[in-house]
Amino acid sequence: MVRGPYMLEVRDLSMTIHGTDILRDVSFSVGAGEVFGLVGESGSGKSMTALALMRLLPRGAQVSGEIRFGQTEVSRLSEHQMCGLRGRDIGMIFQEPMTALNPVQTIGDQVAETLLVHGASTPAQARDAAAQRLARVGLDPGRVPLDRYPHELSGGQRQRVCIAMAVALRPRLLIADEPTTALDVTTQAQILALLRDLVADDGMSLMLITHDLAVVADMADHVAVMQSGRIVEADRTECLFRNRRHAYTAKLFADSAHVPARRPEVAPVPVLQVRGAVRDYPLARRRLIGPRPLFRAVDGVDLTVHEGESVGLVGESGCGKSTLTRAILGLEAVQGGAIRLAGDSVTGGHVPGAVRRKMQVVFQDPYGSFNPRHRVARLVAEPFHLLPTPPADLRAKVAEALEAVGLQGSDSEKYIHEFSGGQRQRIAIARAIVIRPKLVILDEAVSALDVSIRARILDLLADLQKRFGLSYLFISHDLSVVRAITDRVLVMRAGRIVEEGRTEQVFANPSHDYTKALIAATPQIPRAWLDGLPGPVSPA
Amino acid sequence: MRLPFQLILGAAVSAVFIAGALISLVWTPYSVEQMNIAQRLLAPGGGYLLGTDHFGRDILSMLMVGARTSIAVAIIAVGIGMVVGVPLGLLAAANRGSLLDEIVMRGNDLVFAFPSLIIAIMITAVLGPSAVNAILAIGIFNIPVFARVTRGGALSLWTLDYVLAARVAGKGKARISVEHILTNIANLLIVQGTIQFSLGILAEAGLSYVGLGAQPPLPSWGRMLADSQTMISFAPHMAIFPGLAIVLTVLGLNLMGDGMRDLLDPRLRRVR
Amino acid sequence: MARYILSRLTSLILSLIVASLVIFTVIEIIPGDPAAFMLGLNAQPDTVAALRAELGLSGSYPTRYLGWIGGMLTGDFGTSYTYRVPVSELVTARLWVSLPLTFFALILSTVIAIPVGLIAATRRGSRTDYAIMGTTQLGIAVPNFWFAMLLVLIFAIKLRWFSAGGFPGWDEGGWVNLKALTLPAIALALPQASILARVMRSSLLETLHQDYIRTARAKGLSQRQAVIGHALRNALIPVMTILGLQFSFLLAGAIIIENVFFLPGLGRLIFQGITQRDLIVVESVVMLLVFAVILVTFLVDLAYALVDPRLRHRA
Repeated sequence: MVRGPYMLEVRDLSMTIHGTDILRDVSFSVGAGEVFGLVGESGSGKSMTALALMRLLPRGAQVSGEIRFGQTEVSRLSEHQMCGLRGRDIGMIFQEPMTALNPVQTIGDQVAETLLVHGASTPAQARDAAAQRLARVGLDPGRVPLDRYPHELSGGQRQRVCIAMAVALRPRLLIADEPTTALDVTTQAQILALLRDLVADDGMSLMLITHDLAVVADMADHVAVMQSGRIVEADRTECLFRNRRHAYTAKLFADSAHVPARRPEVAPVPVLQVRGAVRDYPLARRRLIGPRPLFRAVDGVDLTVHEGESVGLVGESGCGKSTLTRAILGLEAVQGGAIRLAGDSVTGGHVPGAVRRKMQVVFQDPYGSFNPRHRVARLVAEPFHLLPTPPADLRAKVAEALEAVGLQGSDSEKYIHEFSGGQRQRIAIARAIVIRPKLVILDEAVSALDVSIRARILDLLADLQKRFGLSYLFISHDLSVVRAITDRVLVMRAGRIVEEGRTEQVFANPSHDYTKALIAATPQIPRAWLDGLPGPVSPA
Repeated sequence: MRLPFQLILGAAVSAVFIAGALISLVWTPYSVEQMNIAQRLLAPGGGYLLGTDHFGRDILSMLMVGARTSIAVAIIAVGIGMVVGVPLGLLAAANRGSLLDEIVMRGNDLVFAFPSLIIAIMITAVLGPSAVNAILAIGIFNIPVFARVTRGGALSLWTLDYVLAARVAGKGKARISVEHILTNIANLLIVQGTIQFSLGILAEAGLSYVGLGAQPPLPSWGRMLADSQTMISFAPHMAIFPGLAIVLTVLGLNLMGDGMRDLLDPRLRRVR
Repeated sequence: MARYILSRLTSLILSLIVASLVIFTVIEIIPGDPAAFMLGLNAQPDTVAALRAELGLSGSYPTRYLGWIGGMLTGDFGTSYTYRVPVSELVTARLWVSLPLTFFALILSTVIAIPVGLIAATRRGSRTDYAIMGTTQLGIAVPNFWFAMLLVLIFAIKLRWFSAGGFPGWDEGGWVNLKALTLPAIALALPQASILARVMRSSLLETLHQDYIRTARAKGLSQRQAVIGHALRNALIPVMTILGLQFSFLLAGAIIIENVFFLPGLGRLIFQGITQRDLIVVESVVMLLVFAVILVTFLVDLAYALVDPRLRHRA
């Protein structure tokens, strides 16, 4: 297959950091005006590849191999020449727009800086040029003035500023390292559309680094799959998606589309009943006297989970789902409405142990969920505090819980730092079930996990539900996960539930506009490309 | 486990002075209470390793007893700071944003407006100068230091999920503060403790230099320096040795503190 | 921004009020009867009564307190019992020694510490860095008054570049007075500069790890441009927060160090006041010192908001 003259060619790029192998013989090429996708899980080396291209590597990094950008051999350039290349011929944007901008400088100044540093503009003209660039990425200076500071903008807006800075001088290549991973689904769709437009308008090449196969399916012309510092497969997008020649690629796809085998046994008995929940937050005072203004985070929410059922709650950031979760857990009081757990009332702050023990929670961050100073046994046993007296066979129960989640009883003597992220989530699940609750709330519990680990954890959750008769409330912003594991789903926006129904029904035939927008914004792998994958097809 | 070089060096140096202080409880080369005018202002060497002062007293012996004063004052002051400051900080962090938190924060700021010298001035003006008043003055200033450090460390832990998990397990704020928060800021407090210890020695020296600390006949390094001032041109050893003692003790403690920080919490050393 | 200033101002006034209450209570109430305290154990009862009347000490706590505050606001700090002159006279001349000395030391300390911290951070791990860390480690451990004594020994007694002490007075012109304050200011500045340099270094190292520095490099800025254009200003923010504390330590240090150089500052006044049990003097000078610290903290808070725009939008 013949492609045009390459704009970027990488041959046998290898890198070690302090002696550890990070990249091994990475080779690929990117044509002019082409979108190139680099896909891999965490630790695959994809970000390091990008940093190697920009020569922005950390201390102790040793690089070998060829990087040819146009006619220039990048690895032979001096640092001074490299500075000339960065920002002018190659731009880069990163994953976390929250921290990527200097907090004490206005956005106008930061965009103008790219122009000034490369001498492309006089200080007098720079301001106008900056305004123009920001308008181009969708930030109209009329609505978002140049003298705004980063903390005054939303995540999506900040990422637009970063893009404006990176493409200000119309570089030939833009490297985007997980540019939308930290953003909401609808914002992600907007940013990806923006990138597509820039590629089309300027003939710019885009190197898109992501773990999300669907994003790549939507955007890229060519794709390379990375694992442990090597490229295992590379091809045109559709070919790669259809063929999946390498074993790892096949596994990656299978895991992304994985739907755990479930046969839900739902009883019509409600385990959790939320009726008209209202939660207000006091805001900063406007005036010195008088009541403080209130912000209604949860506005009259009704939610029911039946025994044996798996209910999903989806929404973007700021919709109020975290607040609702805390209210259900009894950590915060509600200002209106009622929450009942298996018939008992849950009023914030003073929930008796006998009621609390019927529900437990698994959190998102496997690294912040555990006190690093306690052994696993003590960590897993913590919910026993809810019983009037600890059980006599506490150790045995802990061991049993660990074995139920696929670990060993002997692991209870270890410390948490000895376990990987996926294993820690298993321990978190063990802690949640050790007391045999009726309801387990999973608050973005698989969002921070790699796709392959996520698939295994979803299987585990399905299995545990059957064995112990658990009910799940699954809170997530990730529609594909919710679709894989829930029976019913509720869609939340601005404190209200806008749609509710059986999961398959809502996804196949959404009735509310917002739900439609969410589903439309979620990138999909074309169904036709996924023939041959086991189980009901669930676009990842 | 490789101990950081700083920790060993610092501990060794500090140990010398702490040992000197402890030994002085049972023995000193010469008596510090007896004056021996015939032997005054002798240069170092001969029978007197570090020389004698204007009253004929052996400087080495005076240093050993003075070490006792400095160390005792500094350590009790740290004790006061910790015993009062740490619970205050934990309380403030556990009730973040409440009136209690506001009061603790404002109280901290208020005490910070009064350097320990000024607190010492106020106390000695009405109660007379003494070592106990020096302890009080330095101790009171230590309280907001520990409260602030504790509160800061605790606040960053309260947002973590494992605290939330403990609350879901039905544990109350007090229990969480002790079981989860305190155990994880202990390292921070130990390091801060050594810093305040060394600062306490400096503060005590300053106070006794101006006459607000330990009174005669109790020897103290600060007062030795004050006494030496008029004689500095012809008996410099009287000024040099007490000063060196202060510098070395404080240096040793600081090195030990840095070393402990590296050892106990590698995350803290991120920006070394 | 206006809301921020207002809240800082309220904070300032409240702190002053509480501080004055504390000072007043400790100094006038704890001794029981200040007049008896001042005159000592052997005083005759009628002398004590006369003094009490003279000093207006017979009123109730609130009246006396308000009287004191009222007096201060109009510049009347009472009359010193020992010297028999208004305290304001005693204080004014000496304030003009202690305050300039403190500010001189503050400027010296900042001017030395910030570049030194910057160099150490940008050359982290090099021999320069280790040398700087070693020197500052030593500098922190040195008592400023002892260092002053050594400076006097070397530069005044042996080398005769400076006088060993004394203060000509501002009537003699600025230069010769600054010379008299130089050795004291250097002695004061050394330990504080050491602390400040270390804070600057660690703050800059922390800042250099931030994502926006990587963004700046990706835009084409050299490491040097990124440090100066982005890192420095952000790194200065934590440094500024300790400047206020620095001022209070320097002020306290200035008072102690006047002893070494025989400077006619607030130090001698206060210590004599303590020995002579002149509570009026002690009370007023302490109030002044605390006022100075609180005021400087307030100014630093304002400056802090100028540098960090995130603060201006919060109260």
